[in-house]
Amino acid sequence: MSATTEVEVQECVFESLATFGSDPESITREATLEDLDIDSLDLAELTQIVEDRFGVEIKGSDVATVVTVGDAIDLIVSRLP
Amino acid sequence: MIDVVVTGVGAISPLGVGARTLHERWCAGAIGIQGGEAPCADFEPTDFLSIKEVRRADRFTQLAIVAGDEALADAGWERGELPYDPNRIGCMIGTGVGGMITLTRGQDMLREQGAKAIPPLAIPLMMSNAGAAALSLRYRLTGPSFSVVSACAAGSHAIGTALRALQHDEADAVVTGGSEACLVDLARAAFGALQALSLSGISRPFDVRRDGFVMGEGAAVLVLERADRAAERGARVLAKVRGYGASSDGHHLTAPLDDGSGAARAISNALRDAGVTPDDVDYVNAHGTSTPLNDRAETLALKSALGTRAGEIPVSSTKSAIGHLLGAAGAVEAVATILALRDRVAPPTIGFEEREEGLDLDYVPGAARPLAVSEDHQPLAISNSFGFGGHNAVLALEGVAA
Repeated sequence: MSATTEVEVQECVFESLATFGSDPESITREATLEDLDIDSLDLAELTQIVEDRFGVEIKGSDVATVVTVGDAIDLIVSRLP
Repeated sequence: MIDVVVTGVGAISPLGVGARTLHERWCAGAIGIQGGEAPCADFEPTDFLSIKEVRRADRFTQLAIVAGDEALADAGWERGELPYDPNRIGCMIGTGVGGMITLTRGQDMLREQGAKAIPPLAIPLMMSNAGAAALSLRYRLTGPSFSVVSACAAGSHAIGTALRALQHDEADAVVTGGSEACLVDLARAAFGALQALSLSGISRPFDVRRDGFVMGEGAAVLVLERADRAAERGARVLAKVRGYGASSDGHHLTAPLDDGSGAARAISNALRDAGVTPDDVDYVNAHGTSTPLNDRAETLALKSALGTRAGEIPVSSTKSAIGHLLGAAGAVEAVATILALRDRVAPPTIGFEEREEGLDLDYVPGAARPLAVSEDHQPLAISNSFGFGGHNAVLALEGVAA
């Protein structure tokens, strides 16, 4: 996978979280989803967005271990086709 | 018997944001109808709610949340500092159809973009109980909470149900009311197909020229508390909920009984529940939709239930100022009634000018006027709501010492 794609994933995730209502200035790889007030409904929407955008399929059970924004980005990148 | 009082009110209506705005502008003769509809044009959800809160609520829920914020603040409640055990605070919000805007947008997306375009928030936004859920979550109200659905009677049924929950000692307080936001083409077409909407775009209840209702949107929330608990915490009391009466026509899907007998039973039930007689009633806040059928049947119902008293007291319709708020109507009108009782005023039926034979009550034409109340008691009003399906709900509300 190319570095560009990882950057794209990060951009997409950051943008989505901001759309969900998280403070854009607080969104970093290190920030926890809890701190950003991101819950299971937001994650369900995020999985829908990345599936549409990158063709990555992520199930609800997959995100159980995701704590930080970086974890989410890594999970998506690891599933890139 | 457990007495129940109203300690806070909030409303978003076509007359603006705020319960006092509704009351003052209606009494001043203002009309919130534009182009044959009554939107809450002043209501911009982002003025009150975060991006996240706005995304997670259909417009009918946004209206309920902001009306709820006003009502709870009015009652002296603060988020995170509730006056009672949260398990003893309920939340019952009526609606006619719930998240119709979300539903119709979802249908459009499904058709245009396919199933995968439907967001996970679609169901929690469109569900009819979303208003009750949102307020329960926002304030952590963990007593009984649910929605009450009975078309255009839902707001009054919700308040009546809240009264019963308090009387049955299921809660110390209940946040109740109604909300509706369905100014979408589907609702316009559907009510239009029923020939229920005014073609003139004018809401003039009881007038011979009335030709249907004007559809509006809005919400109202009331904080109901046990009177003894409210007194213990030193709450300011706006009104008492003295009684509630419900009945059904069992007659027709949309039309009322010609003689108004179903509605009359609800009125009589409310008076009996309140332990009062027709002579004790000082004001009627009518359902008064401006449809040919309702206003005639309601007039007959009032004459039947109140006897000669019906002709002696002012009867006015809030819908002359704000149109028909459907499932929110009963709650918004209860708030308008409570503030009218507080100010000892009978608000007008705006636009009422030409009488129809048989519709001969005092509909308060022209302008608001002082409410005549004898000195030995507090003013008592009934607020009527009748819904498609033949559902009738009437509240008996009493003012407090000025």
